[in-house]
Amino acid sequence: MSLLDVKDVHGGYGGAPILNGVNMSIEREDIGVIVGPNGAGKSTTLKAIFGLLEVTGGSITLDGHEVANQLPDKLVPLGLSFVPQEFNVFTEMTVHENLEMGAYIREDDFSATLDYVYEMFPPLKDKRKQKAGELSGGQRQMVAMGRALMSQPKLLLLDEPSAGLSPRYMMEIFETVVNVNKSGVGILMVEQNARQALEFASKGFVLAGGKNRYTGTGRQLLDDPEVAQSFLGG
Amino acid sequence: MIRRDAILFAGLGVLVLALANWFSVPYTLQILVNAFAYALIALGLNVQWGYAGLFNFGVMGFLMVGGASVTFVSYPLNDAFWSSDGPFMLFKALLAAIAGGALIWGVTRMPKKGNLAKLRGFLLVIAWAVAYVVYRSQIDPAARLIEAEADFVGGLGLPAIFGWVFGGIMAGIIAYIIGKICLGLRTDYLAIATIGVSEIIRALIKNMDWLTRGTLTVSPVPWPTPLPADISASGVASPDMAILLARSGFLAVVMLLVGIIFFFLQRAYEGPWGRMMRAIRDNHIAAGSIGKNVTKRELEIFVLGAVLMGVGGAILTSYVQLLDPSGYQPINHTFIVWVMIIVGGAGNNYGALFGGIFIYIVWTISEPASVILFSFISDMSDGVGIGAIPDIESRALQMRVFVLGMVITLALRYAPQGMIPERVRTQEG
Amino acid sequence: MNEFIFFLNKVIISGATLGSVYALGAVGVTLIFGILRFAHFAHGDMMTLGAFISFMLVGIFQSLGIQTPLPTGFIVLPFAMAITAGLALGIDKGFYEPLRAKGVKTVTLLIASIGVTLMLQGLIRLFAGTATRSFFENESKDLFRFKLPIEGVRSINISEPQILVIVTTIITVLVLHFFLTRSRIGKGMRAMADNPSLAQVSGINTASVVRATWIIAGSLAAMAGTMLALDVILKPDLAFNIVLPIFAAAVVGGLGHSYGAIAGGFLIGFAETMSVFNWSIMFRGFDNLPDWFPKDLSLVPTEYKLTVAFIILVVVLLVRPQGIFKGASS
Repeated sequence: MSLLDVKDVHGGYGGAPILNGVNMSIEREDIGVIVGPNGAGKSTTLKAIFGLLEVTGGSITLDGHEVANQLPDKLVPLGLSFVPQEFNVFTEMTVHENLEMGAYIREDDFSATLDYVYEMFPPLKDKRKQKAGELSGGQRQMVAMGRALMSQPKLLLLDEPSAGLSPRYMMEIFETVVNVNKSGVGILMVEQNARQALEFASKGFVLAGGKNRYTGTGRQLLDDPEVAQSFLGG
Repeated sequence: MIRRDAILFAGLGVLVLALANWFSVPYTLQILVNAFAYALIALGLNVQWGYAGLFNFGVMGFLMVGGASVTFVSYPLNDAFWSSDGPFMLFKALLAAIAGGALIWGVTRMPKKGNLAKLRGFLLVIAWAVAYVVYRSQIDPAARLIEAEADFVGGLGLPAIFGWVFGGIMAGIIAYIIGKICLGLRTDYLAIATIGVSEIIRALIKNMDWLTRGTLTVSPVPWPTPLPADISASGVASPDMAILLARSGFLAVVMLLVGIIFFFLQRAYEGPWGRMMRAIRDNHIAAGSIGKNVTKRELEIFVLGAVLMGVGGAILTSYVQLLDPSGYQPINHTFIVWVMIIVGGAGNNYGALFGGIFIYIVWTISEPASVILFSFISDMSDGVGIGAIPDIESRALQMRVFVLGMVITLALRYAPQGMIPERVRTQEG
Repeated sequence: MNEFIFFLNKVIISGATLGSVYALGAVGVTLIFGILRFAHFAHGDMMTLGAFISFMLVGIFQSLGIQTPLPTGFIVLPFAMAITAGLALGIDKGFYEPLRAKGVKTVTLLIASIGVTLMLQGLIRLFAGTATRSFFENESKDLFRFKLPIEGVRSINISEPQILVIVTTIITVLVLHFFLTRSRIGKGMRAMADNPSLAQVSGINTASVVRATWIIAGSLAAMAGTMLALDVILKPDLAFNIVLPIFAAAVVGGLGHSYGAIAGGFLIGFAETMSVFNWSIMFRGFDNLPDWFPKDLSLVPTEYKLTVAFIILVVVLLVRPQGIFKGASS
């Protein structure tokens, strides 16, 4: 039994199917990267896992619990966390308050987690009293990931964490992702910068037309000439 | 119109006949005159909200404009005013207003960008202040003089029909100004802004005693058709018969007018113009991006709806022969119209027509119905020794406000499309 | 000096009183808008409802023979606030929640709030009639006169309800500030107003945030309505006429922004009293004023007091629709 098991998931918005049989499994030590062309259902897969979209077939289990079509306020306590691609910080609230909102479901003392997040994202510590809306794009992304980590998730879902960032910031974010993973959080992310992301991925999933086309380790996919040609731009 | 709609309208007819049987025929005629005037107003709101999705919470303002206009046009001439200095002083106030307007207009023509941009905002405030002071310096003495020497300006003594037309025109002009200012706002803001504007209109009409006599009220405002007294004078002996004939005449004129307007609205709605409006309503951005001038079209439709409201308001005032600015309330003159089109079916003219007539009748009969209900309960409670309900009459009057609120919330929940819903045609024609 | 004290009495004290009531109402409106995204037009009637509940409680207290040093209407306030908050929750459950569950557009909620307005108004008049009532039928309304230590100068007048309104509002604003910045549910409310979908993603229980919003809005409405009735008079359309200045205050402060709503409330309150104040009084001290100097220098005649709020509203909507305080406070 894996941490996350996605088996033959179908789903979509208001009857229009987007996912036509997605399969993936992630362990706690994995970094899973979903790549594929536009409209392949990459972000949709994350949303389906996080209950933001109706799953019409298949099963999604987290630690053995069936979680398909559960709302986020049930999923977060089970150890799932999600960082949307856009609008992923509370702009009118301070960095500190953003992180507190990530710990909203927790009843215990979360100061240790707070220290862990500030350690993971050193620039945030100085800006903790600043409004998140006033930060740069890269720092916002840090706030967004920090917020998601505050609930002490077992698995973190990231929707294009490097979107709109400069190459330097992209590498910084990727480094953080690896560090977060090392601290014991499974990662499943969608990424446009497929080559760079597959470099450090322990599992890679190539989606097309709402289903898996290729599955393997990041390395395997990078080395597969067919994948490279069709999905990684040669 | 499909069979279900025909059945609904037939049901409405039966209801009217039942009313005539329950009350009296003249009273039923009176209800019908008002119901058709409200149907016209509901059509106006349907044009704005149903066709174009424009949120107008200021219906009352347009009804007041219509009412004041018809009074001004059709009330007899006031010789005391015309022989006083009043007209000349008003003319000076008009010149002052024009001069002030020109000043403001001049400032708005200044460049919005560059060095002068900051100055422009400042000058605009100054210009408004100067215009206001200049206008007040002319209108205040004029108002005092007119109120002292002539009571108020009186009317023009023209036939009532001209007053109805003028009511529509005035409402249209005011809608144009409001629309120019407010139509860019999103829904909630537009709702608040229009309700605010209608309150300003109410405050003006209520307090401009020199023009409208304010709370002193103006009467009798003439009818477009012979009054009962005229019919009696022409040889009809029975006073009941005279009332019956007079009200039938008034009703005939109103129904004819509503019929003609309905015909043209329906033609326009089914034509290319109506399709374009629905496209704008359902997808603002897409309609804008294919080159439709959204703002201009919306302004057009806002004015058209307001014209219908102005005419409706004029008819209401004409019929009761009295302009009473204190009698206007948002409940009776704005919200009830919303209930009409929500219950009837926004976006469908038949729905608005049906809703207008039906809700007006419900509104009217829920008072006597409540009296009966309360008397019944009162007798029961008295019988079991709890005691009778005090002040049944005045309480029953409040019941209809509650009924109205209940009807709209139930409709939103269980029949959000209304009784005669909008039907989207998939095929052309 | 006399002129200045006249100004203080007429403009500052009554402006602060009016502004307090507007601020309390506007906070409720702005919170509901922030969380539920619709303009809650029934808020005025919720205020009236709260005032009538207070009035009934006063009747009960007095029939029990309870005597209090402060006006009984003020003493019963906590109970009235609790009852009104409960009713606000009930109204949401009965009328707004089913519509939200159907996923209607927010404009439908706006129209529904008109339905609620009509029902509340109908019910209040049905049970209480249309008569005006006073909270001070069996008590005296104390008026404090502060004599300045200068000979021949008029006193500063402030009534007991006015002091209570202003002081209570200041305390309430402070409590609200700590609630929104310190408490978990308060922060959850701010988060949901800021970014509803991210709030959901963070696992914030949106239903409980909505409940908290109605509880606060309802109790503040009861407070504002009762205060207004204590200061002026209790009548069934007490608050219906002030729902518009309240919306003006909320819009001026930027819909959804609590601190803006408070500032907007005071701004509208002072603007109203200042615009009807006869400024020529301020010049009476000067002996040799020319004859042409106007006797009446008020900006607008008293009859148009309410329109001042709308004019400010319309101007703000046109020039800065996001509200004039946006950027200065959260």
